[in-house]
Amino acid sequence: MTQPPWRRERREHFPGVPAWSLATSRLAPEEFGVSRLEDVTREWAWGGDGAGEGGAGRADGAGVRVCVLDTGVDAAHPRVGGLERSLVVADGDDLTVVDCDPVDPVGHGTACAGVIRSIAPAVSLTSVRVLTDGRSGSGAALLAGLRWAVEEGFDLVNLSLSTTRSQYLPALHELADQAYFRRCLLVASAHNMPVVSFPWTFSSVISVASHDEPDPMTYYYNPAPPAEFLARGVRVPVAWRRGREIRSTGNSFAAPHITGICALILSRHPWMTPFQLKSVLYLAASNVVTSKGGAHVRA
Amino acid sequence: MSVHERRSDSEITERRLLQSTVEVARHVFSSAAASVFLVDQDTGDLIFEAVSGEGEQHLVGTRFAAGTGIAGWVAASGQPMIADEVAAVPQFAQDAAESTGYVPRSIMAAPVIREESCIGVLEVLDRSATWRGDLADVDLLAMLAAQAAYGLELLLRLRQTEEALPAAPGGDDVHVLLQRISDRVPRGGGAADPTALKLLAVAEELLH
Repeated sequence: MTQPPWRRERREHFPGVPAWSLATSRLAPEEFGVSRLEDVTREWAWGGDGAGEGGAGRADGAGVRVCVLDTGVDAAHPRVGGLERSLVVADGDDLTVVDCDPVDPVGHGTACAGVIRSIAPAVSLTSVRVLTDGRSGSGAALLAGLRWAVEEGFDLVNLSLSTTRSQYLPALHELADQAYFRRCLLVASAHNMPVVSFPWTFSSVISVASHDEPDPMTYYYNPAPPAEFLARGVRVPVAWRRGREIRSTGNSFAAPHITGICALILSRHPWMTPFQLKSVLYLAASNVVTSKGGAHVRA
Repeated sequence: MSVHERRSDSEITERRLLQSTVEVARHVFSSAAASVFLVDQDTGDLIFEAVSGEGEQHLVGTRFAAGTGIAGWVAASGQPMIADEVAAVPQFAQDAAESTGYVPRSIMAAPVIREESCIGVLEVLDRSATWRGDLADVDLLAMLAAQAAYGLELLLRLRQTEEALPAAPGGDDVHVLLQRISDRVPRGGGAADPTALKLLAVAEELLH
């Protein structure tokens, strides 16, 4: 390998350039050099995928607190299975975060929360509504909601959204770093559009794009960032309004898969730091683990 | 050609650009319909600006309440996405039928982003199964949305310009215009602006 993928020249953000996902069912992820930390396996990380019928022996996310920053979450939806708390960034100049009814006028946040619950059934979910009424959310509300979540000490924050407004870049950057050092890990969906947006492009967060395989626990490490991981994002069964379900495709639904998997890891290893967690995610990724004959592993 | 004829002509060009984008979207996905919505920046409402296929006769100009359906998801999250098997959801089918008169099985939508904000949504209904696969479909739709962004931007710019133009009393009557210019230039005042003088000289030649 002459040049490692992370030294590769970045693609320009230009309209007409395909974005970040990879159809891994048709195209193998590229090979790259793997630095093994030998003892870390999927079994070690969360109990493994083959754990008994009904997931016995597998971690379930218990004791881990996740905040979903989105359009709100409908707590009554069977896929969501209840919320610890439901809040909204209030209109007005001071942008305070206040308690509200656990409803979701749009349905996007409910879909994301349902995916997290499907991976980590015992996780505690809290919703903060930062996107309202179908309008593209104001970056100010996103910033206020995220600040609240970081200060509140959640273990994980799911961000299936991003802002394109550069005026919020410095404040978001600082907040993402703050979150990292407070061991509040931000899991953000990569923007599948040829535009510049954040916080998913920050190195302090875990950024997720889609692969197109049906297994919810299959995910890949992407050695050519900024999208660091590829998780299930095609035809995902998700919650829809009024207790119903549809199948949906998009990076919005890939991120909550990784959030759920992080919750499993943290429930088994509660003292893990963000950089450890990211390393474990890497080591247990489907294209890094050696259990399948080490096809992707180069010494 | 009068000023007004020229204006409505360029309106047609800008509309044609958007229309051509939705035509391409409809054909490339072999879909039942494709449309571009403008997001009303005050209310968040979605307004049909161009439609190809089902509903193209009557939907342009129709408004949807903010946050409606998949287009609402897309405008809210800024992410392109696909929703399949929506027809199996009775509530969805009812909502869709009431608002557009057509019940799709699947909806694919991408945000239309200009500079730093989402100004619209590009939507494709009932694409046929393709060899490309879902992820490539999303990428392709996102690229078409980039094209729609230019179309919408030009249309918005045109409308702003028209709003900024004061309605000229007397319309195209050259004598009324000349009279107004004459009235506004003070007699015996200082030297007139040289550029304005040159332009008037050119106008004189053209009017002969």
